[in-house]
Amino acid sequence: MLLLTFFMLTTSFRPQEAVQVDTPNSISDKLAPAKNVMTLLIGKNNKVFFNIDNGNDSSAHVRAQVLQNVGNYFRVKFTKEQIKKFANAGSFGMPIHKLGEWIDATDPKEKAAMQIGIPTDSIPGGSEISMWIHFSRLANPSAEAAIRGDFNSDYTTVKKLFDILQDKKVNRFDLTTNLEKVEVKKVK
Amino acid sequence: MAEIIANEGGGKHKGKRRAKKLSTHIDMTPMVDLACLMLTFFMLTTAFAKPKIMEIVMPDKTPPKEKPPEVTASRVVNFILDENNKVYWYNGMIKDPKNLPVLNSTDYSKDGIRKILLDRNKNIFNQIEQLREDVLSNKVKISHDSLANLEKVIKRKDLVGPIFMIKATDKAKYGNFVDIIDEMAIANAAHYAVTDLNNYEKKMLEAVKGTPAVTTSEKKTK
Repeated sequence: MLLLTFFMLTTSFRPQEAVQVDTPNSISDKLAPAKNVMTLLIGKNNKVFFNIDNGNDSSAHVRAQVLQNVGNYFRVKFTKEQIKKFANAGSFGMPIHKLGEWIDATDPKEKAAMQIGIPTDSIPGGSEISMWIHFSRLANPSAEAAIRGDFNSDYTTVKKLFDILQDKKVNRFDLTTNLEKVEVKKVK
Repeated sequence: MAEIIANEGGGKHKGKRRAKKLSTHIDMTPMVDLACLMLTFFMLTTAFAKPKIMEIVMPDKTPPKEKPPEVTASRVVNFILDENNKVYWYNGMIKDPKNLPVLNSTDYSKDGIRKILLDRNKNIFNQIEQLREDVLSNKVKISHDSLANLEKVIKRKDLVGPIFMIKATDKAKYGNFVDIIDEMAIANAAHYAVTDLNNYEKKMLEAVKGTPAVTTSEKKTK
C-alpha cells in the first residue's frame, strides 16, 4: 500500500517516443525543461524525428498551428480531425505527405512502421526539418531546441542539424544526456 | 451486505438476547488484487531518471563585423575526432604547409584525453577546483549560482590558458562529440570551439593512418 501511494504520487509518465534513443553520458546535472521544448530525435540509424510540445498553451494550439503552417508551405492539406489528433500526439518522423496517413492510422505497429524519418536533405527553400523548426519557432518563440541523439548516430547527421538550427538563428541548444558522475582530482 | 436480522418475537427470555457475533473480517482479495495491479502499472510507467541536458552554444553564422582577436599558436590544441572512438590531436596551428605536425592519437578514456586536457588546463582547473572545495567546506559562503558565476569569471579572465579546437571527421559518432564536450566540462576548459576540418588536417590524418599510429593509451573507452 505504501509503495503504491508512493508511486502514484511521484510518478511522471514516461513519454512515448517514436524511437528508442540511448543518449550519451555526461557530467551535466542540469534538468531538461519539461515545457517549451522542440526536440530533435536522432535514432541509431540516423533517422531524424521531431517533436514540439504545446508550451504554456493548454488548449493545444501550438502543434495545430505548426502543422497547418508546414502543411501550407508544402501544399499538403490536413482535415480538421487530423489537426486535432496531431495536437495531442507525440514525436513523429516521416515526410510531410505521409503525415496524414500516420495520424489516421490506429494500429500502433502500423504507426511505428511509418516512422521513417524526416528528410533533412536541403531542397530549394529549405529542407522539411528546417521548415518544422522554422514554424515551431514562429508558433512558440520561447521553445528551446533540444537534440536527443543516440550515441551511436553519425556526427554528420548531428552536424547537419546543427547547421540547420544555426541557419534558423538558433545558436544555443541542449543536448540531452544521462547523468554520469566523474571524480577528478586536482593536478599537480 | 450487512443484514439486519429481525428479532423474532417470542424471545422474552430472561436477560438480553446476545447479538450474534459477526465476523469482523472483510474479504480483502479484490482490494489487494487491484493494489498489486496498480502498483505494477505505476512502477512500469514511471520515468525515474529525468533526462539531463548539456547546453552548447555555437557562434552566430553571420560574419562578424569586427576582426576576430588574434590568438597565439602556442595556446591552441586541436582535437580531431575519428572513427572507432579515436581522437587525434596536435598542438599549435599550421603555419608551414610543407612541414605538417604529426598527429598523436588517444581515446576518450580517463588516461587518454582527460590527462592531456587536465595537463594543459591545470591552472584554471585547479583554481576552479580550489574554489569548489572552499565552498564545500564552507570557507567561502556563497550560493550555488554565484559559484557558477565565479567560475565563469575565472574562465573569462584567463588570457594565457589553452584554446581547444574540436573537429570531427565524417566517421565520428555523435557519442564521441558529446564525450569530448563533456571532457571539456570535466577539465573546466575555458575556451573551446567546434570547427570543421581543414585540408591540411585531412592530409595529416591520411599520413597518420597510413602508418600504425602510436597510441598513448590502449584502454577502452568508457
